[in-house]
Amino acid sequence: MQTQSTHSLEGTGLSCIRDDRVLFEELAFELVSGQVLLLEGKNGSGKTSLLRILCGFREPDAGEINWCGDAVKDSQFYAQMAYVGHLDGIKKELTVLENLKMSVALSSAGQYSIHEALTKVHMAGYDDILVQALSAGQKRRLSLARLLITENVLWILDEPFTSLDKQGIALIETLMTEHCANGGMIVLTSHHDIDLHGVDVQRINLS
Amino acid sequence: MSLSHAFFAVIRRDLVLALRRRSEIANPLLFFILVITLFPLGIGAQPHLLQAIAPGIIWVSALLAAMLSLDSLFRSDFDDGSLEQILLSPHPTSVLVLAKIIAHWLVTGLPLLVVAPLLAVFLGMPNHALGILLLTLLLGTPVLSLIGAIGVALTVGLRRGGMILSLLVLPLYVPVLIFAGNAVQMAGSGLPVDAQINILISILLMALVLAPLPVASALKMSIN
Repeated sequence: MQTQSTHSLEGTGLSCIRDDRVLFEELAFELVSGQVLLLEGKNGSGKTSLLRILCGFREPDAGEINWCGDAVKDSQFYAQMAYVGHLDGIKKELTVLENLKMSVALSSAGQYSIHEALTKVHMAGYDDILVQALSAGQKRRLSLARLLITENVLWILDEPFTSLDKQGIALIETLMTEHCANGGMIVLTSHHDIDLHGVDVQRINLS
Repeated sequence: MSLSHAFFAVIRRDLVLALRRRSEIANPLLFFILVITLFPLGIGAQPHLLQAIAPGIIWVSALLAAMLSLDSLFRSDFDDGSLEQILLSPHPTSVLVLAKIIAHWLVTGLPLLVVAPLLAVFLGMPNHALGILLLTLLLGTPVLSLIGAIGVALTVGLRRGGMILSLLVLPLYVPVLIFAGNAVQMAGSGLPVDAQINILISILLMALVLAPLPVASALKMSIN
């Protein structure tokens, strides 16, 4: 349990224009602790662009995003979010343990210790293995383990189920359900149907 | 975790990475040594000429070696998404970026300092100029890494940024080259070089303070 207080993420009037093509306009949503926002839409409909706008990598062409009522820049947003994107963000020349230690150093230690997190994603015992020796699915699990070891409320996940097997998907769904039960919130894109028991899932269809 | 912890963690990570892919250290150093050893062969048996242009040769080679090593500064982090994670860190990006630049200098700049005296003797540089040569390299090569980082940060998102990078960065390297080369030359003739050294110190301090900010902003732009 990270925090008892509720957090909120609110987007108003968001629009994104890419190469003269309007991806979305006047998009609004509000997400509070314990909720999941699932972005749907066909390829190229702007799901990833929206996530990158939420992360602050892109500026929205219009509209604004607020975290707990304040503009993202003036808030604790970056200390309370974690992002797993298309790129894993892990170094293949470093070991599993070194990669996770780096993630903790860049943010702050969270709910689980590194060993607990590795056990949770079924990668216990892989500590000293170089990441380049891992399979694609294992790399994905490793980057998702980062969500557990750092302190955060909001998870932003871009296609988290890519290259995971059935058990992997079920595992991540369990972790997401736990996170929401603990007052966390999640924004994600996925082509798979997600199966979260008892979690309030909002859907936005971008196409 | 605290900012200083993150700062040293970034330095340590980059040093470990450099150790695990050694060609990154070896490449610029080998280039530096090769260029300098080829000069006497190209010029022929003219020791006085060689001695006269030795400061220039060493400094131009150091500058080109630094240019050669620049691309590795952010490339792999950009390609594997580590850069996104660094930008998302609640710690100020400019400080983390400074840590990366320092690690880069330790890996590519410092080795030049170690071999430079040997190569200087090889070119017939007078002994009393060696100290000043080392001092100018110590003050000048970090500036090359700092200024170069701005150029790399601006071009890392481009497919082929190499050409633009040299055009962007080389003009900014010229003051360092002029003052450092001149200092070594003057020291060789036994003249005082305080002015040049002071200017190099001020360039270094200014680059140290001012470079990380545009690097951080440029990286945010490149990741877009």
